[in-house]
Amino acid sequence: MDALLQHIINGISLGSIYALIALGYTMVYGILQLINFAHSDVYMVGAFLGFYAARWFGVTDSPGIGAFLAVLTVAMIGCSVLGFLIERLAYRPLRGAPKLNALITAIGVSLFLEYTGQIVFGASPQSFPNILEDANLFSIGDVHITKFDSTILLTTLALMAILRYIVGYTKTGKAMRAVSFNGPWASLMGIPVDRIISITFIIGSALAAAGGILVGIKYPKIEPLMGMMIGLKAFVAAVLGGIGNIAGAVLGAMIMGLAEEFVVGYGASTYRDALAFGILIVILLFKPAGILGRFSVEKV
Amino acid sequence: MFKKVLFAASALIFAMGMGCTKKDSAPTVPVNVGIEGNEILVGEYGSMTGSEATFGTSTHKGIQLAFKEINNAGGISGKTLKLISLDDQGKPDEAATAVQKLITQNKVIAVLGEVASSRSLAAAPIAQQNKVPMISPSSTNPKVTEVGDYIFRVCFIDPFQGTVMAKFSHDTLKVKKVAIMTDVKSDYSMGLAKYFKETFTKMGGTIVSEQTYASQDIDFKGQLTALKASKPEAIFIPGYYTEVGLIARQARGLGFKIPLMGGDGWDSPKLFEIGKDAVNGSYFSNHYTTDSKDPHAQKFKNDYQKEFGEEPDGLGAMGYDAAYVLADAMKRAKALTPTGIRDALATTKDYPAVTGKITIDNLRNTTKSAVVVQVKGAKNVFVTTVNP
Repeated sequence: MDALLQHIINGISLGSIYALIALGYTMVYGILQLINFAHSDVYMVGAFLGFYAARWFGVTDSPGIGAFLAVLTVAMIGCSVLGFLIERLAYRPLRGAPKLNALITAIGVSLFLEYTGQIVFGASPQSFPNILEDANLFSIGDVHITKFDSTILLTTLALMAILRYIVGYTKTGKAMRAVSFNGPWASLMGIPVDRIISITFIIGSALAAAGGILVGIKYPKIEPLMGMMIGLKAFVAAVLGGIGNIAGAVLGAMIMGLAEEFVVGYGASTYRDALAFGILIVILLFKPAGILGRFSVEKV
Repeated sequence: MFKKVLFAASALIFAMGMGCTKKDSAPTVPVNVGIEGNEILVGEYGSMTGSEATFGTSTHKGIQLAFKEINNAGGISGKTLKLISLDDQGKPDEAATAVQKLITQNKVIAVLGEVASSRSLAAAPIAQQNKVPMISPSSTNPKVTEVGDYIFRVCFIDPFQGTVMAKFSHDTLKVKKVAIMTDVKSDYSMGLAKYFKETFTKMGGTIVSEQTYASQDIDFKGQLTALKASKPEAIFIPGYYTEVGLIARQARGLGFKIPLMGGDGWDSPKLFEIGKDAVNGSYFSNHYTTDSKDPHAQKFKNDYQKEFGEEPDGLGAMGYDAAYVLADAMKRAKALTPTGIRDALATTKDYPAVTGKITIDNLRNTTKSAVVVQVKGAKNVFVTTVNP
């Protein structure tokens, strides 16, 4: 019983990590119908920016919330700039081109960031400083819930709520939805389409940076290829929940986290990665729009 | 059209077949391979970058120091040693490519490397095929030297290392129930776990749970939660330091207070950097300790510190020893050719190295004593020596 409860808690904690990254995927997809494969590498850059910021501020282990926020701000601003540049330089020139071109460019940007990262940051893993103290929050019997896991879960839920608010209830959000619905028509109505898309990328990249920092603290081993596997899994989570749907991304990520945890805990850990892609295949076969997604017929 | 395709395909298959047969037959070695003017070319491949980067860089420093000393002392019969190092990024396929390049392009006389058994196993067949001797400083999986008669090692092997930790947990820690966590992607980890299990159960202990993970994973809570139910008194984790650091942290987060144990794959300053307090008090077996009182080892420690400004780890010492064993064989070789060196290597007997006396047996392995050390902050403290 203890083990089952602990597995559920572990699964939710892993799921909230996937959710943080899946939110960025789903947001860009929702507006642009572009799977931004570079997202998981912006996340990696976020982790490294945090690493260097912490070093630059001279942060030692467990210095408290102030240092955490400072590091987080630096990484989020840095990644926003990076996200803006990626959109401006790589995706905008392809705005009128077929979607496949943009998709292939996204893969190119992703590989570019990964291998530039290996040159700039070095290929060896770095250990991320402990900028937030992790301790046991409370225990039920032999089941432990740590402070940090709860922080990540709360952060994820808060970000999800903020995103839903921005997209659903602000003027920018309304413009985003209009661009998502029909770009050329939105522009005829006086919506600055390019600016709205830039804002989307800036928000998405800032989210990725937050994810990178939180993952860095939880699993303090960061390296330039750290985004690869976790990015793919977050992408599967976004597809599972219904890509383009913000609540769906979080739901899909939780299902992924729990499923993986149970496979490892009760079955064979060797199948943990196979599971993620197995889920992807099943979803694409039986419910291509995902759990919360709406199915729309696309005219080709 | 179809016929054309069929023709092209059969031509391709034919060409591939030709390629294969060409590769299989042993290439004829030019007479003075590995010697360029007054220099003897020696190749080294290792993980200078990647998740086990300190393995490669420490070994490299050890070899560099040894070569410098040998050259300052007059070299090998008037010739100096020149080291050509290639980075395999910690990937087995890159290791194979690196050794291929060292042998065919740089024409080295002998190859030094690797630390990780999986990478030595990927590269050894190429050295064997080309009849160039290869010395692995610290690959402990028995399969490595089974590749062929040109593959040597200067470290103990896993059947012994597994025994060391099994004996240690039974005699010193006095635990009866141990859980094992193995890295399924690593030949080293699988081998070590197997031999630990054999010895430990023979001594009357029980393996209460066996869990697996894959290197590059970052989340291990599932496995740890699963093995918690079996109430082990210690966990044996024969993996490499990056994963071990994360495993230790997550184990402490789940409330584990029992000792963790491992093998020489833990030997890196990064273990403590990643694992922090979670790895404190853990034990692992190693080739060498800086606490050694042996004058030869003391001298090595001081020289290494002077040269690189840091204390040597076990893998640095192994690199140093491998280089000296090679130089010794070159001095004794009847002819300074790859085969001449191989023959001399095979007859190495009681060579006084930093990590103990090295004798190469007829399986090209070395029998040596091992030390068990305990992690105390960034330093590993000597606990006991276990003799074969």
